[in-house]
Amino acid sequence: MAHLDRLSGNEAVAVAMRQIDPDVMGAFPITPSTEIPQYFAQYVADGLVNTELVTVESEHSSMSVCMGAAAAGGRAISATSSAGLALMYETLYVAASCRMPIVLAVSTRALSGPININNDHSDAMGARDSGWIQIYAENNQEVYDNYVQAFPIAETENVRLPVMICQDGFITSHAVENIELLEDAEVKSFVGTYEPKHYLLNPDEPLAVGPYDVTHYYMEHKRQQAEAMRNARAAILAQAERFEALTGRKYGFFEAYKMDDAELALVLMGSTAGTAKAAVDMLRAEGRKVGLVKIRVFRPFPMEELAEALKNCRAVAVMDKSEGFSACGGPLFAETRSALYDLETRPKAINIVYGLGGRDVAVDDVRALYDRLADIAATGETGPVYSHIGVREEA
Amino acid sequence: MIHAKDIHENSPWTKMTQGGEIYEPATSLLFNTGDWRTQTPVFLEKKCKQCLLCVPYCPDSAIPVKDGKRGEFDLMHCKGCGICITACPFDAIVWKEDA
Repeated sequence: MAHLDRLSGNEAVAVAMRQIDPDVMGAFPITPSTEIPQYFAQYVADGLVNTELVTVESEHSSMSVCMGAAAAGGRAISATSSAGLALMYETLYVAASCRMPIVLAVSTRALSGPININNDHSDAMGARDSGWIQIYAENNQEVYDNYVQAFPIAETENVRLPVMICQDGFITSHAVENIELLEDAEVKSFVGTYEPKHYLLNPDEPLAVGPYDVTHYYMEHKRQQAEAMRNARAAILAQAERFEALTGRKYGFFEAYKMDDAELALVLMGSTAGTAKAAVDMLRAEGRKVGLVKIRVFRPFPMEELAEALKNCRAVAVMDKSEGFSACGGPLFAETRSALYDLETRPKAINIVYGLGGRDVAVDDVRALYDRLADIAATGETGPVYSHIGVREEA
Repeated sequence: MIHAKDIHENSPWTKMTQGGEIYEPATSLLFNTGDWRTQTPVFLEKKCKQCLLCVPYCPDSAIPVKDGKRGEFDLMHCKGCGICITACPFDAIVWKEDA
């Protein structure tokens, strides 16, 4: 039986961790994810979990602790943000290439510089090519639900990849919301017992993990990783199906909100979806055919499914909460426009960079974007493809 | 189960272990890493007192011991680091002249 509670997004993640009771946590604090190891350390101190909490001197070390634990055959977790994720950069790639099903909670935050501790997606986007599965949440309920599904996805035999469970730093990590929690036994049963096929603590099978990979072998192992990421698609949907059977809450690669007859659509990730849905509801009440696609799974990227969802639109705005500095748009735009390319007739597409370093986005800002999309649809003129909103311009 | 001996430079990616994991011990015996060596030690058996001090000093286990006595270097694995030359109290190991 589920029960209601009111929790911050960080606490929701910590509760999911407690319910899973993993073997090892590599812990190093950084704003705005600090509360996660803080809450979890209390659970350890109170004897509510059997987890070995390893406090370390840096995030490079916390991820290294996770890798050691995963190689040994344990379930390993960590949490981080921003510069902490950047300091893990090297080890993220090693965890993925060693095929370790580690779960990392990321409360996303801007990367310095200029130095800033508030929310955007530049940290997680910097890790997008590291070989980790990336799942994003709109609100506290979703980050909890995503976290519960993470280990079964990561540990799927033909996947064996680490998973990043991302939420928007401060916006959801520190906002307290009502949330429906599963019972501990339900989570434990959903996640199951981890039984790795190969692990270092098995005395019957001497094992070498992460050996040097010369030119003759490296590319084959990268090809295996690519296949595992493709396999993750089915694993993500399979776990979503199990989760829906348990909770009634439905998840997929993305949420298509009022998209059935939508002519104008936004594509975005994270908490801004809540704001954008309010704008969609207002515009729908005025009879306008607008919709929204909220990307949940960014890695693997749901290319065909997204193209299918957008194929009947006349104009699409892709909203990036990070600057890719490609000088022609952010990373979500690059993926989305690439997805649209395979359509016979495709919508006009523009990119909006927004919300950097905690810059707020209001319902009216989103309404204005739909107005701009309406102009594009009406005139057939795309105008500037790549632009920023919420930034001060000269009067 | 895919064994290390069955993985080679013509193996397709589907016939290799995930992450390059190796599921058995002592597979280094299969690989000639002695060719990294730029200098080669020579064992002078007549000077050797069989104290075996060189054996634990060797970082590559390249000095085989049988019946309490060391034998010739395992040059398939010796890297030529020369630690054994320094460790030997009896000058029973020297660098090969023309190496």
